[in-house]
Amino acid sequence: MLNKKHLVLLASAGAITIAGVATAQASTLSDTLSRGAVQCGVSDGLPGFSAPDDDGNWQGLDVDVCRAVAAAVLGDADAVNYISLNAVERFTALQSGEVDVLSRNTTWTTTRDTTLGLNFTGVNFYDGQGFMVSTDLGISSASELDGAAICIQSGTTTELNLADYFRANGMEFDPIVFDTSEQTVGGFQAGRCDVLTSDTSQLAALRIQLDDPSGAMILPDVISKEPLGPVVRQGDDQWFNIVKWSLFAMLNGEEYGVTSENAEEMLESENPDIARLLGQDGNYGEGMGLEADWAYNILSQVGNYGESFERNVGMDSPLEIERGVNALWNQGGFQYAPPIR
Amino acid sequence: MIHNQTIIKERPAPSSAVGPVAWLRTNLFNGPVNTLFTLIGLYILYLLVVPTVQWAFINADWVGSTRDDCSREGACWVFINARFTQFIYGLYPRSEIWRANIVFAGFFTLIAWLAIPRLPFKRWVAVFALVGFPVIAYVLLHGGYFDLPRVSTHRWGGLMLTLLLATVGMVGALPIGIVLALGRRSNMPIVKSFCVVFIEFWRGVPLITVLFMASVMLPLFLPSEMSVDRLVRALIGLTLFQSAYMAEVIRGGLQAIPKGQEEAAAALGMTYWKRMGLIVLPQALKMMIPGIVNTFISLFKDTTLVMIIGLFDLLGIVQAALSDSRWLGFSLEGYVFAAFMFWVFCFSMSRYSQYLERKLHTGHKR
Repeated sequence: MLNKKHLVLLASAGAITIAGVATAQASTLSDTLSRGAVQCGVSDGLPGFSAPDDDGNWQGLDVDVCRAVAAAVLGDADAVNYISLNAVERFTALQSGEVDVLSRNTTWTTTRDTTLGLNFTGVNFYDGQGFMVSTDLGISSASELDGAAICIQSGTTTELNLADYFRANGMEFDPIVFDTSEQTVGGFQAGRCDVLTSDTSQLAALRIQLDDPSGAMILPDVISKEPLGPVVRQGDDQWFNIVKWSLFAMLNGEEYGVTSENAEEMLESENPDIARLLGQDGNYGEGMGLEADWAYNILSQVGNYGESFERNVGMDSPLEIERGVNALWNQGGFQYAPPIR
Repeated sequence: MIHNQTIIKERPAPSSAVGPVAWLRTNLFNGPVNTLFTLIGLYILYLLVVPTVQWAFINADWVGSTRDDCSREGACWVFINARFTQFIYGLYPRSEIWRANIVFAGFFTLIAWLAIPRLPFKRWVAVFALVGFPVIAYVLLHGGYFDLPRVSTHRWGGLMLTLLLATVGMVGALPIGIVLALGRRSNMPIVKSFCVVFIEFWRGVPLITVLFMASVMLPLFLPSEMSVDRLVRALIGLTLFQSAYMAEVIRGGLQAIPKGQEEAAAALGMTYWKRMGLIVLPQALKMMIPGIVNTFISLFKDTTLVMIIGLFDLLGIVQAALSDSRWLGFSLEGYVFAAFMFWVFCFSMSRYSQYLERKLHTGHKR
């Protein structure tokens, strides 16, 4: 995307200015403690990841990262100031200190990680480009798409990935390009194309907008890597650790079966892994400047990763995205957190 | 006697000359070509109006609270209903909405007071509206004083934010614009060149660039301890931008006042400010009402651009609501609602300006 290129230039110029300033700042943790709230940058509206609900509360998978950090640091998952950011201003807002965590479906790439003065703390959603087809076609894999008419949204990297994939597999396709996601859905609905392509997280949201969502299915194939994760400023390793381990605590919680409902009973658990996670055996928050119950607060108030996933984008949400590669490592996915000990 | 017989009694005009039938004949069915065009026009109107009415009213769903209450055959006004509070107040905390309501009530009362000619104490009300009310509104909306909990500007939004941006922009841009317009016509070289450079600079850059610079670049240049609120940055950018346009509109009015007016005032021994304040500006401003209101209306609509710096104005909050996974696919309803709200405000401004023009149209009437 053109915007992204601009941003990189712009932001790297900014990063130089900031680098000097950042070191002189007081620690993000003490700032957050004295403010009593985490400054968290989220998307200005992305289904399932961050959007205000009917009561004006932010909901979503990315929002839950903010809530987890707030629970770990302040003991209150609601102590978050959400700042909505668009794609262009997100990095500047983080560099200039307007936000302390950026949790806004941001793809982890080399350029962003190494030249912007930022650090990615992990991956909370493994995204990638996928395909949605009409169930009438009877197609079950992307390799059967030779000669298909494909609806794409213009000006995104999606177009490039698609051409690369088809060339690499020696297949032909007929691109039908639209400007907005609504037009793309409209084109698919009207039968102008057999296939619609976009990031899998978006496909689910597009599918709901069809008149008959059950008439379309999302193919299991993913043709590009888009790991999305939270981002923090470089130069404050303590804060980096806090955000990183907040996500790890949610993943470990799921692995050991600790949920928001049973967290309190689990305090009595004999399992040493659970006892260490919930702060009953030793204080693993100390190294980050947190209390021993930091992970307990996350799991009891926000829930574990699996709960957050199902609630926001999974089967309990209208989006109904499969766990797929976002399942835990011992259930066939990529999500793996280092142990707490 | 003879007269009585020859005078025909008064009779109503034939229906072919007056009344609805005559009107139809002269205006719509006046000859075969016009009849044809009328019929084609009516058919097009029929094609447009019937589906619209069916979608918006007959097949529409009005009651409920979730998307399942919508049949999807017509408009789903349930969505607007469920989100109405949010569209008006943004993400302002529900428990504190009474504060916003007081400000709304005060705002509309003051506007009405100033707009309705019969009401007394106009001068004092105007002073209060410009000095007292902004302070009260700030204290109420922002909080942090008198035990009111603080509500950060990130949570302000919806119609409230749109009105705030537009009002501050208008109230700020008019005086700055007048000063700039006078400065540009001044004989003092430094004042004149400053005004020319200022106006040409702000007119030369798009508003998006101004907002973008204010929101993205400015924080990078400021020291990190010093942070100016995002809303304040947008307000300053918007006001300066609009004042440049306002200055040119007012300068147009100043040019139209014959030089003799100012010279006559000077001959009476008036100082510069008296000449301007009592003779030239009242005439110029009156003449430029259409231009000034035009600028106001465009400013009102321009406020939607703050969306790109992550502030949720009326349109922004509608779009954010559209990305809630529980309400995906109701974009048409959302945009129709936003368009209607904008139309109501812009149309009211336009009507008021026409009324004002008629009222002030003294002396030039033919």
